[in-house]
Formats: sequence, C-alpha cells, structure tokens
Amino acid sequence: MMNGERKVFPLELADVCFASGGQRIIENVSLAIDGGVRTVILGANGAGKSVLMRLMHGLLTPTSGEIRWCGRSERAAAQAMVFQRPIMLRTTVIGNVAYGLKLAGVGKEERLARAAAALDRVGLAHIAKRPARVLSGGEQQRVALARAWALEPLVLFLDEPTASIDPGGAQKVERIIGKIAAGGCKIVMTTHNLGQARRLADEIIFLHRGRVAEYSPASVFFAGPRSPEAVSFMKGELP
Amino acid sequence: MNTLIDSFYAAVGLIAAGESRLAGIVLLSLRVSLSAVGIAALFGLPLGALLAVGRFPGRQVLLVVIDGFMGLPSVVVGLLVYLLLSRAGPLGPLGILFTPAAMIVAQTILITPLIAALARQIVADAWAEYHEQLRSLGAGPWRASLTLLWDTRFSLFTALLAGFGRAAAEVGAVMIVGGNIDGVTRVMTTTIALETSKGDLPLALALGLVLIALIMAVNIAAHLTRHWAIRRYG
Repeated sequence: MMNGERKVFPLELADVCFASGGQRIIENVSLAIDGGVRTVILGANGAGKSVLMRLMHGLLTPTSGEIRWCGRSERAAAQAMVFQRPIMLRTTVIGNVAYGLKLAGVGKEERLARAAAALDRVGLAHIAKRPARVLSGGEQQRVALARAWALEPLVLFLDEPTASIDPGGAQKVERIIGKIAAGGCKIVMTTHNLGQARRLADEIIFLHRGRVAEYSPASVFFAGPRSPEAVSFMKGELP
Repeated sequence: MNTLIDSFYAAVGLIAAGESRLAGIVLLSLRVSLSAVGIAALFGLPLGALLAVGRFPGRQVLLVVIDGFMGLPSVVVGLLVYLLLSRAGPLGPLGILFTPAAMIVAQTILITPLIAALARQIVADAWAEYHEQLRSLGAGPWRASLTLLWDTRFSLFTALLAGFGRAAAEVGAVMIVGGNIDGVTRVMTTTIALETSKGDLPLALALGLVLIALIMAVNIAAHLTRHWAIRRYG
C-alpha cells in the first residue's frame, strides 16, 4: 500500500491509566509499538486487553497519561477495528462493506468497486447481495474484516476476532488477517488463545491485571517467558 | 337485548351497503389520523434519535417531559389547541378552528411524544449495540442518528402504527377542536359518541365495528412487519 506520506508509527503510550466506576482497569502502561510487525496482546480474561485496545484506537480516553501517534497526540485517521462480535447493519453484505467507505467520504462508484474487491478478497463475493445479519457468525466476521480492509488502513485493531465463531470460521479469519498483514497493514490483536498467538504474532504484549508484564518478540516469549505471570498463564493454558 | 341484536344487524347492513355517510366519516378519520402520524413522525423520529444518541444539557428534563406527555389526556390537548386556535388565541388569525386541519394539529401534538419516546427506546437499543463500531468508522452523532434510524426502520414503523392507533381511537381532542360538525369534522369516534347519545345505535355500532377492525388491522400489520423484517434482515 502507498502510505509513504502518512507516517503514523510509532504508536506510543506514556504512563496510560484507565479507571471506570472506581475500578482501575489499566495501570501505568508505557509502550512504543512500531509498524511492520504483528503485535498480539495476550492475557487472561479480565486482564484489560480489550480496554487497552480501545484506548489505542481512541474509543476510550485515558484517565491519565498520553497516547501519541508518531509524536502527535491527535488520533491517526488511517485505522480500523474489528470487534469480537461483528456488528452488521440491516442491509446487504456489500452495503455493510460500502458503509465504512461512505463514512470515509469515498464516492459511490468507487466505494462499490472497492467493497466488491474487498469481499472478493475474503471469499464472500458470491453472497454480496444477501442480507448481512442472517449470515453465520464466521461469515459476518469476514464481512467485518472486508469492511475494515476496504478502508485500506495503516493499522488494523482486532479484538478477539475469533472468540465467538466456530473453528472452521476461525481458521478462515486467521488466514485473512495474515493476508491483510502481508499487504503492509499493521496488525494489533488481542487474544487469550495461545495457539492463535503462536500462529499470528511477531511480538507479544503480555497483559496481567491491567499492567504490561512482558513485551517481547514472539520467538523469545514462546521460547520461555521471563515474567512469572506469563509463565503461569502458559502453564494454565497448555493442555 | 333485542335492541342490541337489531342494532347489530342494522350496523352490518350499513357497512355492507357502503353507506356514503359512513364512508365519508371513515375516510375523514383516516385522513386526519394518517396526516397526524406523518407530521408527528417528522418531529418525533429525529427527536427520539437525538435523545438516544446525543448527550446535551437538558436531555434528562426532556426525557421526563416526553414520557409524561405520552399519557396526556386527549381532552386536555384538545383544550390547549382550542385556546391556541380560537379567535382570541395566538394562532386565531389562521382561522382553522373547527376544520380538519385543527384536528390534525391536535392529534399531532397528542402522538408526537408517544412516537418520540418509542423511537428513543428503539434507537437507544441499537446504539448500545452499534456505538463502538460506528464511532470506529468515524460516524459523528448526526451520521450515527441517521444510520440508526434507517437500520431500525421496521421497528420504527411499528412505533408509527402505535401512534396511528392512539390517534384514530381518541375522541376528546378532535371533539373539542373539530366541533363534530356533520359532513365537515365528524370522525368515527365523535360520531359514535354523538349517535349513541342521540339513540341512533346502528350507525354508532357500525362505526365501532369499523374502528375495531381498523385497530386490529394495524396491530396485525405491525406483527407481520416485525416477523417479515426479522426473517429478511435478522
């Protein structure tokens, strides 16, 4: 993708905290995430993965601390997010994909062409005219991926993208994520699934009770995590 | 007992014959109430969406007021509109008191809060489901409101039918501002009230039957719409 003029990395979090209803969910997180690699945020349920991702994406505002994109504090435009449960509008599959482009200000003809191309890439071109909400969970998630992909983002956030779909669907979703990454888009993904982290991660942010316990390359992390929290997580998760 | 049965047969006869006085009254009822629904939708739907999506000072007060106005007695609405439209009132120069236009105004005021409150609930439920996705795609409050109104169109249609049901069935407001003038502002409910007190039971009963059938049809339509939409769009 031609994004030379739109530099957004590194994504920096400086001492970011987030609290809600008196509960401290994210505590003093400082990170600098670079482009080009697939970053997986790993951790148990309730570790704060989804909240951390929403802070990065700008859906939540930190209680304290700062988030910067390439040194600037305004939210980078070229980003998209796919949620655990795909949100489909009551319209056709292609209508759902084109909707994101419409909000991005893309003209009608171009957005239909780009939506069709994105659907083709996720293998759903044959059901473009079907109503989106009657599809299976896995198919809906692929539509959501197409909607994000059609925007040609520089960063794609994925929040447990396979947690609510069956294994066959999950495999397809993982393959699509791989293709999106291969196209030059930065991937930031949360998961509590170790196997998925192994398959997709270049680097791991291990989150434990709202704090970053470990931030290492995936090869290092899986060879032997250094933090005791990650060690016990891996023990618990492995069969 | 015989009076009742005789009246019933006479009423059925009137309906079967498509008696012109009866037809005129039914058509005026439909014209007034459908117009009121159309205008109330124009105000009520955007207001409902705004209350569901927007966060602004005075929102809570507005919510309470609208919920309160939902149960407003129709005679009181009639009285207020009468005061507004009477010759000495602020809108007196319009000269529409005792015309169908005045009845449309009164019914619009009567059902706008109902439609707004139902729309707010419907849109708020959808917003709870969609808000992160819509914000992620960069939708501001206006854009989000439009999207949600379109996405919940089938549920909103049933809300409009509920508004129509209330408008078509009310008697107090149209009686006061329409004046129940024969051939001009006489609708189903006001005719039933008048003819019953005059003792012309067949006509009253015939209109009553038509009104019941109409309300039933509206409810069936709402039911079918919901079913069809769920099957078609999920």
